[in-house]
Amino acid sequence: MYIVKVVIVRGSIIIDIFDKLTILSDSAKYDVACTSSGIDRKGKSGSLGSAAKAGICHSFSADGRCISLLKVLMTNVCVFDCKYCINRESNDTPRAAFTPQELAELTINFYRRNYIEGLFLSSGVIKNPNYTAEQMIKALELLRNVYHFNGYIHVKAIPGADSELITRLGLLADRMSINIELPSQESLRLLAPNKTKESILRPMGLISNKIQENRTDLVKYRHASRFVPAGQSTQLIVGATPDTDHTILTLTEGLYKKYGLKRVFFSAYMPVVENSLLPAIDTKPPLIREHRLYQADWLLRFYGFEAKELLDARNPNFNLQVDPKCNWALNNMDKFPVEINRASHEMLLRVPGIGVISAQRIITARRNGTLDFASLKKLGVVLKRAQYFITCQGKIMEGLKITSDSTIRTLMSDQYKLPSYQEQLSLFDEPFITRKDVQQCLTGQI
Amino acid sequence: MLDGTDIVYAYDGTFEGLMCCVFESYECKEIPCLIRPPSVQQTIFDTSKWIETDSQKADRVYNSIPVRISSEAQELVKLGFLTCEENKELLIFRFLRLGFKVGGKVMTMLTDEAVCSLQKAVRHLTSESHKYKGFIRFSVFGEALVAVIEPKNYVLPLLSAHFCDRYNGEKFMIYDKTHSVALIYQSNRAELIGVEGLTLPNVDSMEAKYRLLWKQFYNTIAIEGRTNPRCRMTLMPKRYWNQMTELDNTNTLVNFKLTETNKTIANDISKTADKTVRYQIQGKQVP
Repeated sequence: MYIVKVVIVRGSIIIDIFDKLTILSDSAKYDVACTSSGIDRKGKSGSLGSAAKAGICHSFSADGRCISLLKVLMTNVCVFDCKYCINRESNDTPRAAFTPQELAELTINFYRRNYIEGLFLSSGVIKNPNYTAEQMIKALELLRNVYHFNGYIHVKAIPGADSELITRLGLLADRMSINIELPSQESLRLLAPNKTKESILRPMGLISNKIQENRTDLVKYRHASRFVPAGQSTQLIVGATPDTDHTILTLTEGLYKKYGLKRVFFSAYMPVVENSLLPAIDTKPPLIREHRLYQADWLLRFYGFEAKELLDARNPNFNLQVDPKCNWALNNMDKFPVEINRASHEMLLRVPGIGVISAQRIITARRNGTLDFASLKKLGVVLKRAQYFITCQGKIMEGLKITSDSTIRTLMSDQYKLPSYQEQLSLFDEPFITRKDVQQCLTGQI
Repeated sequence: MLDGTDIVYAYDGTFEGLMCCVFESYECKEIPCLIRPPSVQQTIFDTSKWIETDSQKADRVYNSIPVRISSEAQELVKLGFLTCEENKELLIFRFLRLGFKVGGKVMTMLTDEAVCSLQKAVRHLTSESHKYKGFIRFSVFGEALVAVIEPKNYVLPLLSAHFCDRYNGEKFMIYDKTHSVALIYQSNRAELIGVEGLTLPNVDSMEAKYRLLWKQFYNTIAIEGRTNPRCRMTLMPKRYWNQMTELDNTNTLVNFKLTETNKTIANDISKTADKTVRYQIQGKQVP
């Protein structure tokens, strides 16, 4: 990388930390499970910082992603050799490591200037998992106890580290995460030979139990230290292996239910290495597929959907042209149209074009009188989409023409916002909703 | 109910003054079609009625809001007054008239024009203030932290609690260039004071170093293959960029008081960093 070169030639103290920051943020950037949400914590006299439940984005990088935490690795030296990973042992890349002191000073100075909401600390496995976890504990203890940092800390649990060390990390951090990375055991065996399903799920279960235990402790003893108060999250790589969306989404649902995870993140695989087991280096990252998975994830968490309603063994992958909610609606036209003035909250949430907020507003507003299409617009309903699925006082929207072309164009609209990725579509078979299907659905029902 | 009147109220532009306009309207049984703050020029056609600010009258109106409507309504009115909405006086006025008529129910009348517009204006204010919680950039001068913002709405009162809590042991100032007001916090006391213009001294080498490190981090953390300028622009509109260290392309970094050698290095790096920003905006890879 160009910047690193400039820096190395000059060599001095400023440059050293510069160099490290560049290397260690560059190798952390593919980790997307990086939010600052989940906990409200007031400032304390004598400490620096606080935490806000909703999380705060401090900037957005050129790829449009939120920058909230100083996302770095403790070190990018790694004894593991995961094929998809840029930091794998066999990769020829510059290596560096922060000292706990450097990391603490960087965090404090960035935090004081309001650049960041806190620290996201991950690490390559140096020597062995336990040694790595100890290094991370040292850095966090320095930050919390000597620098009195009261802001947000998200730490990665190192797979294979002792549970005692994981517990100590959890008492210093707000959120903890362990990346599953590959959605099936088979993929793990092929691409991450040093990791097993067990080595990932065991600490995940441990954290989830500890959080549970800690909750009862807090009830019993008011001053019990809080263990990972903002919960745990994880990340799955999408597109490095042939796993289907159905596998990924079912796994996601299981993680929310079984391990009480706060978030599951998806990361479109960005080919960084040449390997016969992986997609070719010039493969475009499956960004639309990642987007569809996030949409479905929202449907699971906030809209009352279940994974099996969205995908099944016959349709194992999302339609890239229509979002999952529209897709579900088009496959379930017998449930529509719904009458806005009478429909239940659960049903309103299932109408394309109505979101969590507008559904709530409809419920509130209709107590004061019947709603018509004009009032729905004021409430923030996206009529362009919703019009095909709703009635107001028994009537469909005035002037609504249901022709196959206009309908499908409207419902596919977000595809047009991402025209540069259309070539992705050729990877998949025929979209499983055809224009004819839509026409039949719509004209048959409304 | 509002058509057909041509009464215009003029008031002193304070919140109390606006409350007095509401008082006046009930006392004289009239509905103004415009409530004009001093900042808006009088046209030759309007013969406006000057409403004197009387804190007793203002208190009567203000204190009756939680009793006769609800405390949420009081909060909404208070926030509404901080928005940049052009007609905020009239919106608040109409909202209160309606509220005094129907009571607490007014907060659920989401399809009413006045309620809907006032809530929308307040959402604009609160979302801008939330953005500033993240986008504000402090520079360290000696012991003090200084930030400059150019918000559309008057967000400082909303930001005060957050920053005073977070930086409770620090001294800081947030200067609102649009409204010429600064929030000043030191030794556990916060104050909002009027400030006309602000000239900042040159930054020292420590500040310069952390600015460079932050720029470097910002440029490194983006993934080249996912460059998406439109998405970034939606989430972080360009009007915020002026005051953000990482997007500052007007080479302010040249003015360091650094030693001669370090200065050349700093310039080199800052040029490189700027180049990175420019290339990424155009969606190209850094050479």
